[in-house]
Amino acid sequence: MPEKVPAQSANTPNAQTQAHAHAHVNTKKIGAVLGKNSVPIFFLLLSIGGIIAAGLDINYLINELLGRLGRNSFLVLSLLIPIIAGLGLNFGIVVGAMAGQAALIITTHYGWTGLGGFGLAALISVPIAMVLGWLTALVLNKAKGREMVTGMILGFFANGVYQLVFLVLLGWVIPMKNPAIMLPSGIGLKNTIDLFDISYALDRGLDFIWDGFIMTEVGSIPIGPWRIPILTLVVTALLAWAISFLIRTRLGQQMRAVGQDMHIAEVAGINVNRTRTVALVISTVLAAWGQLIFLQNIGTMNTYNSHEQVGTFAIAALLVGGATTRKATIWNAIVGVLLFHTLFIVSPLAGQKLLGIPQVGEYFRVFLAYGVIAVALALHAWQAKVKSNKELRGE
Amino acid sequence: MSNANTNANANAPTPASSGRVAENRIIKAVANFLEWYGVPRLIITCFLLALLILAVIYRMDLGSLLGDSLKRVGMNGLLVLAMVPTITCGAGLNFGLPVGIICGLVGGVFSMSMNLTGFTGFFVAILLALPLSVIAGWLYAKLLEKVAGQEMMVGTYVGFSVVAGMAIFWLTAPIKNPSMIFAIGGQGLRYTLTLYDYYAGVLNNFLAFNIVIGNFAMTIPTGLLLFFGFFCVLMYLFFRSRTGLAMLAVGSNPEYAASSGINIRKMRYTGVIMSTVLGAIGIIVYAQSYGFLQLYNAPLYMAFPAIAAILIGGATLRKATISQVIIGSILFFTLLTTALPVVQTVLDGSEVGGGISEIARMIIQNGAILYALTRVGRR
Amino acid sequence: MPGTLFYNLHIRIRLVLRGEKAMSDSFVLELKGITKAYFGTTVLKDVNLSVRPGEIHALVGENGAGKSTLMNILFGMPVIHETGGFDGEVMLDGESVRIESPRRAMELGIGMVHQEFMLLPGFTITENIKLNREITRKNVVSRVLGAKMETLNVPAMRKDARAALEKLSLSVDEWAPVAGLPVGYKQFVEIAREIDKKNIKLLVFDEPTAVLTESEAEYLLDAMRRLAAEGIAILFITHRLDEVMSISHNITILRDGEIVAQMPKDEAKIERIAELMVGRKIERAKLPPRGFEPSDSEIALSISDLRVEMPGERVKGLNLRVRKGEILGIGGLAGHGKVGIANGVMGMYPAMGEVVKGGMDVPLNDSKAALQAQMAFVSEDRRGVGLLLDESIEMNIVLTSMQAQNKFLYKGPLNSLRLQNGKRIRSHALKMIKDLDIRCTGPMQLVRRLSGGNQQKVCIARAFTLEPEVLWVSEPTRGIDVGAKQLVLDLLVEFNRTHGMTVVMTSSELAELRKICDRIAIVYEGKVVGILPPDASDVEYGLMMAGKAGNVKEVG
Repeated sequence: MPEKVPAQSANTPNAQTQAHAHAHVNTKKIGAVLGKNSVPIFFLLLSIGGIIAAGLDINYLINELLGRLGRNSFLVLSLLIPIIAGLGLNFGIVVGAMAGQAALIITTHYGWTGLGGFGLAALISVPIAMVLGWLTALVLNKAKGREMVTGMILGFFANGVYQLVFLVLLGWVIPMKNPAIMLPSGIGLKNTIDLFDISYALDRGLDFIWDGFIMTEVGSIPIGPWRIPILTLVVTALLAWAISFLIRTRLGQQMRAVGQDMHIAEVAGINVNRTRTVALVISTVLAAWGQLIFLQNIGTMNTYNSHEQVGTFAIAALLVGGATTRKATIWNAIVGVLLFHTLFIVSPLAGQKLLGIPQVGEYFRVFLAYGVIAVALALHAWQAKVKSNKELRGE
Repeated sequence: MSNANTNANANAPTPASSGRVAENRIIKAVANFLEWYGVPRLIITCFLLALLILAVIYRMDLGSLLGDSLKRVGMNGLLVLAMVPTITCGAGLNFGLPVGIICGLVGGVFSMSMNLTGFTGFFVAILLALPLSVIAGWLYAKLLEKVAGQEMMVGTYVGFSVVAGMAIFWLTAPIKNPSMIFAIGGQGLRYTLTLYDYYAGVLNNFLAFNIVIGNFAMTIPTGLLLFFGFFCVLMYLFFRSRTGLAMLAVGSNPEYAASSGINIRKMRYTGVIMSTVLGAIGIIVYAQSYGFLQLYNAPLYMAFPAIAAILIGGATLRKATISQVIIGSILFFTLLTTALPVVQTVLDGSEVGGGISEIARMIIQNGAILYALTRVGRR
Repeated sequence: MPGTLFYNLHIRIRLVLRGEKAMSDSFVLELKGITKAYFGTTVLKDVNLSVRPGEIHALVGENGAGKSTLMNILFGMPVIHETGGFDGEVMLDGESVRIESPRRAMELGIGMVHQEFMLLPGFTITENIKLNREITRKNVVSRVLGAKMETLNVPAMRKDARAALEKLSLSVDEWAPVAGLPVGYKQFVEIAREIDKKNIKLLVFDEPTAVLTESEAEYLLDAMRRLAAEGIAILFITHRLDEVMSISHNITILRDGEIVAQMPKDEAKIERIAELMVGRKIERAKLPPRGFEPSDSEIALSISDLRVEMPGERVKGLNLRVRKGEILGIGGLAGHGKVGIANGVMGMYPAMGEVVKGGMDVPLNDSKAALQAQMAFVSEDRRGVGLLLDESIEMNIVLTSMQAQNKFLYKGPLNSLRLQNGKRIRSHALKMIKDLDIRCTGPMQLVRRLSGGNQQKVCIARAFTLEPEVLWVSEPTRGIDVGAKQLVLDLLVEFNRTHGMTVVMTSSELAELRKICDRIAIVYEGKVVGILPPDASDVEYGLMMAGKAGNVKEVG
């Protein structure tokens, strides 16, 4: 093994290779940039193709995207910290979404409205999400190396418990009376709950300054109508800043270390399980808030389904943005949301135009979400295997 | 296991009084029993016994409860059995079972479009599905080989994407049989295809008979059970053959297998293909019993009950036997079948009943899988 | 060991008399009566060891001698506490301490340079050096949420890292990522991390030169000398004896978990150390006679220019001829490739070269071909390669034979689908259990539940079932009780005498080789340097293992 290693200093490549490399540097650089971003570029081309095929109005698309950027980015960002801490894609954010919904049910029951009601829901969701995040960490710390599949099953399991609480126990064991949101029998919540109390509470929270509405013409090109969810985007930007701040703290450094190698981190005196727990608790709380932001934009809650696909769609978006199960940045999240949702908007229309069957597009986007995740996971597992083989051979 | 050890270790160094020792012994015996019988199996058994006792107390129609359960066990049995080859060859639980299921559905659909009925329709469906599932299984095995160590997660999402991708195929499939396609539009298969005029119940009704003792009457779906039994015997024999034992060695310790001159790759492929084929046949058996072919998103989560059943039977991520398949199927599917009517009867008049059995299924099914995933891998 | 105390006193007096300056008079580290058992097997027995500030203390011993366990104790690794702790006392600066975690060890000033690098490839050199000891600044958030939220003070961290690297005269950009560094540099980053700890008193080097080139190793030894001169005590674990001689002040030799000798360097000789590491004075019991004496006129197996890519045990162009009917021993120090030979021939690791058995070429890299050439292998990695831990004893015994030779199967048209013959399996397993005296509740017992010695017997039964002409056995007695050791050796002799099996046995314990072998080949740096008779002198063995045999010797 030792003989094979070139005894060459890392920062002084010898002159010959340097000269050689110079000629190729430009093409190589471009190649590297393309290679590094091949996933988002592929989806960008796919989106453009879809837009052309569907003959979509760009102003409509931008308006839609602004709304979706606002309501989805927070959820996608909540995935970052567990990736940094080496837990992979946190399929357990479904649990966080449930915490958010539980809080929302409480505020809706008491009829708290507006931005205040929304803020209260955010506040109430914190302790719930913290406890659930802690429980998630308990489970995932027992399943090291298979956190993702365990997190996914945990989501399904938690869904069962959630339904038990809100469909069976509520009104039967837990005393609550509210015909507006409960089933006629007085037991369990309705399938859909109207959220007009807090609808757009955050999106339009700054309306008293400016309603974010744009409709103008530049030259003769009509711009708009667009509606920017200003406060939501501000809050999302704050989160992005907070995450990048966290990475630069001691805790963030510990998370990065644990994420790279648990054993080495342990030897360095870092409490691995604790660090992973903190990462999961933060992620779960953020997911709860993310779900609240999502729901205030949508305006209604499918009590028993709204959270189910949260994990899948957020994860697919992040992966489309070029993230992997081990590395993800804020830009991956934002680019991913834009691209993934462009496809989401475009594909039914393109399906309709191309095949005359609108459902094709519907299924195509579901296929897309699952397919992206499958490919990303497979690629990651494959790379990990190739890498470990190389290490075994001592390369 | 870990419980037993920590208890023993924690108490060992302290000079214990004789009472303590006896207590320890009891704890140890209980721990040993739990280790041997398995916690999920114990919980499910207790649940099931409680339900059956309630059914007796409330004077429910025990015959039809048990008859339905038997039917449900038989129709799901092959899907559970499909887990054994992948576990044994070391690829873990087959979360990608929908890959096989889809092949079975394609076979079922095309057999139906040929207007074949009865056993002909049933067997032609299987014959059509076989080559498809062998090819699909081979491709799936190739993928799993590349992602060794992450088979479960990759398998799940490959299964999901195949199901979603096939939905586009169902929409555009070149099938003209008007009873199969949407009434409006003239294209696209329906969400559920009724098999009553084709091959519904061919196995269930084959040699079926009734047992009647006084008030107690139950139907035995003889053909269905025979078919399931036949495959169980086949698998049992297979795992006692040279190849089957080679597969066992590969799953148990690849290095031992390599040092015994076994071709590890070939065994993994064989295991995954067998599982896929069983999934394909399994869904056809399921459909003939159920009476419908369910297309589109229906197969999405079909792997999970099968996985839960074999885990409840006492299998682990590394080891599974045919007896675990049978025990697990009986426990889990009997529980699912009896839960709804029993709960509804017990909570008579209350509206709670409807959701509760579905909720119980979700909690039990995923709880069993979670339990298996969080148990420390021994090595 | 009453001798140890005397030894320490002895060294101390001598050193004081000689007036060594760098070393202080008091001990940094004292280990007293350290005893440790894993699952009933004693791996360390009453180990006493003391190190002074500025002293380089070499700890030498073969694989499995207990060095790593001792280090794990010293470093508070969880594996020690999870397996019931240890007996004895660790004293630092004259005070008894409890080291319950790596973190505690660090706080106490114990540093460790690991054999496999404990560096995070995605971190920069600075981040690695400062891992979990980051320099931070307070900020608004940290005032509310606590110290964990303090921001990293990168310039200060870089400055510290720079200083540590300069101490080692290493010119490398402290902000370079570790991933692309050459192996030698990584080692220095490890050391830099340890000396950056301000309170460092004792630095443990765990086989630091194993992965280095010769010049890198030289450089490292220099750095170690300089560190010692600054008053840091160094515990140097290695089995490269020339390095021990070149830099250590005192030497402790560990074998089978016990200290067999402690001496100052001046009194030590390489051959003597090698001999102490592997040797054990034993009586060569009289072995049963055989009908014919094996000789070069009948060769069972001839190996030429064998190269095996087994990490840590590379074989580099080895030639060996095995006589029919003999028991050939293969000895040598760890890391020189003795274990690689059997693994290469039997297809377990990538190999090149020529192996001829009975006039036929045996293809390499093909386990099946090796098995079909009537060879069998008892691996040194019992639990890893040798056994199916969660299967029954009988299945473990017969499975290889069933797969490679189609034995124990009912008749059938397709070999691959022939069914197992349960009766034949059972009767064979029962016979093996009886013949080999495998202590178990029955042939269906899971192998995991057997003791180490009985597991080894199952491995041997598995190989024996193949009815091989040549039986390769690697480290047959490692990790099993003393009583069981003798039984295993007796078995090998019996196979050889009554079944005429040619046995090639690889072992780190020279004593057992000398007990039963006809000839013993010594491997050094991947090649056979000589073949000695079992009754050759300790000095001859010691010289050869240290690579100091002038020319290749053959015995008749």
